[in-house]
Amino acid sequence: MSRKAVVAMSGGVDSSVTAALLVERGYDVTGIMLKLWRGEAANNDSGCCNVGAAEDARRVADVLCIPFYVLNFAEAFEDTVIRNFHEDYSAGRTPNPCVRCNQWVKFGTLLERAEALGADVLATGHYARVRRAEDGSYRLLRGVDRAKDQSYVLWMLTQRELARTLFPVGEMNKTETRAIAEELGLRTAHKPDSQEICFVRNGDLGAYVAEHIPLGSERGPIVDAGGELLGEHHGIARYTVGQRKGLGIALGRPVFVTGIDASTNTIRVGERDELAVGELALDEVTFTGDAVTGPVLVQHRAHGDVSAATLRLRGGVARLVFEDPVEGIAPGQSAAFYSTAEPDELVGGGIVSATVAAAIPA
Amino acid sequence: MHYLDHAATTPTLPEVTDLMVGILREDFGNPSSVHGYGRRAKELVEDGRDRLAAAIGARADEIVFTGGGTEADNLGLRGAAAKLRGNGDHIIVSAFEHHAVLDSAASLERDGFAITRVGVTADGRVEPDAVAAAVRPSTILVSVMTVNNEIGTVQDVAGIVAAVRAVKPNALIHTDAVQALGNMPVDVHAWGVDLAAFAAHKLGGPKGVGALFVRSGVPIEPIVHGGGQERGLRSGTLNVAGIAGFGLAAAIAAKEVDVKTERLAGLRGRLLEGMRQIVPDLVVNGEMEQRVAGNLNVCIPGTEGETLLLLLDREQIACSSGSACASGALDPSHVLLAIGTSKALAKGSLRFSLGRASTEQDVEAVLTALPKVIAQARRAA
Repeated sequence: MSRKAVVAMSGGVDSSVTAALLVERGYDVTGIMLKLWRGEAANNDSGCCNVGAAEDARRVADVLCIPFYVLNFAEAFEDTVIRNFHEDYSAGRTPNPCVRCNQWVKFGTLLERAEALGADVLATGHYARVRRAEDGSYRLLRGVDRAKDQSYVLWMLTQRELARTLFPVGEMNKTETRAIAEELGLRTAHKPDSQEICFVRNGDLGAYVAEHIPLGSERGPIVDAGGELLGEHHGIARYTVGQRKGLGIALGRPVFVTGIDASTNTIRVGERDELAVGELALDEVTFTGDAVTGPVLVQHRAHGDVSAATLRLRGGVARLVFEDPVEGIAPGQSAAFYSTAEPDELVGGGIVSATVAAAIPA
Repeated sequence: MHYLDHAATTPTLPEVTDLMVGILREDFGNPSSVHGYGRRAKELVEDGRDRLAAAIGARADEIVFTGGGTEADNLGLRGAAAKLRGNGDHIIVSAFEHHAVLDSAASLERDGFAITRVGVTADGRVEPDAVAAAVRPSTILVSVMTVNNEIGTVQDVAGIVAAVRAVKPNALIHTDAVQALGNMPVDVHAWGVDLAAFAAHKLGGPKGVGALFVRSGVPIEPIVHGGGQERGLRSGTLNVAGIAGFGLAAAIAAKEVDVKTERLAGLRGRLLEGMRQIVPDLVVNGEMEQRVAGNLNVCIPGTEGETLLLLLDREQIACSSGSACASGALDPSHVLLAIGTSKALAKGSLRFSLGRASTEQDVEAVLTALPKVIAQARRAA
């Protein structure tokens, strides 16, 4: 009997081609779309997973002759990803909802659901690769298309998930993905890539925060490192560590957000060299395989560069010490670890809980 | 394939298909035209109207054909509200109406009408006294469904009409009877309602055709404007084949209803009994006595209806759960919440609706598949 696959379909080209490739490889494929929010938000056209996207995905499934279902995950999404997003911003942190969605929804609830439906594997349209090593373990590698690589947002996958996961488009370039979609006549072949946070309308984070995160929207003081009042901010959720523009204060020299203190509703600003981070403390650290310590390459934002660092685990606390100071890392962000020996291989990751400023050279 | 979702839609009766195909091939005329083509088409429409009227105990000139049951409900509510605006602004609906009624009421609410949503008993019944108690001097319209689409409970429409009339004789009374025709005897004049909505595809007719019964002398405004068809109440070139098919389906349904009801009650009894053996903690939603014969709506504790449906689909069994939203996802059933089912339990609901073509084999197929399906679904939940 052919292996059963559930493909998480978003109505975009990547997951459409994922489904097509698995059908071609002889899998018994079921397409599943997740409805992630309720009410009228489901009808707006920002991002994926709206009614129009469901129609696109359904038509692709029709062409591929596979069953397609939309599952209602609105409550689960709201209770986990959205709640965490609001809590993090209210606490002055910078969350990555795509990481949380992968962690809790796609490779959490959906994977469980897929297993209950009898699926052997769950496939998604992520640009990353899973490899089976000689010892039988699974490795997670960057996607072949470096510009599209999404391994960063998959750092939380462990052997349990990797053993049941396929990323077929991670083996190819995006242009190839589109070419396959076009060849098969899939209506999603030329859909633009989604860029923004799917539940933030038009990518307007400021408006979203104002509407949904009251705690992060209260005005408060902007101070310098010495605590001197420099101005007023419009709600901590509108600021990110490293931000320079839009502070509304004129000191005759560029200043940057260097810290956000939710407990006092204060934004701290300073010189650029105050942004340099020498060390990170991490929460929720997981590894794709066995725990790794020592030298790693660290990526701390979705298409960012990697920085050399040393990972230390002591008494359940993970710390990263950078070789050279790194700018613009904020609590709440994800840090993904890649192997120094095999720079394409992601070995784990965690959520930044605190940053330690690098010693400023005198 | 075992089709146990007749409340969603029914297989088109072969006689209806034959009639409609013949009309689509030969009788393409516009019933509004003066020439022979038009007259033939008009004759087919009027034959359909006569048949539907006879099936529901109405007069032919009390039938307004629409583009479906939802449109008929919209016309009933919006049409009556627009006409009676000068008399008052209060409308009463039950809390577990179909969304065709609930959302029409909500849109009227946005237009400035006051809406009371009367609660439902745990049995799935709208108490006539509760409706009467909600009546105000400004009440212009009451809408309570004849048969609930999810749990199949039959409402005491005549009792509700009497209770409302006793306190407010001139309030109009609409009933969404979409799930009634074909599943129970229908007599709109005996019920005493002013307006009643029907849909062809629930009784072996085609989709996209419905009708609103408008009691003679009851004033409503159109919601679709144009060529003035249907006595000005529903403009638009008539769906000749659809209306003819609707009429024939209604005639057959009315003739067969008693025999069908008895047979389906037996099948449903077997299904329920078998399910109780498989699921000792099975919860039946709504009372079993006042309920259309083909409906069985249950909750299986510890499961997600979505998962059950997908697994049953894989076993070639078609049934339903909750109500489908625009994307095709399922929302927790407002009907089950209205009768007091907890949200957690409501998630694990399943609706089986048997119909004319249902057989013992269908029921046995469900009972054979269920143990495995439930075990699998419980693992996911």
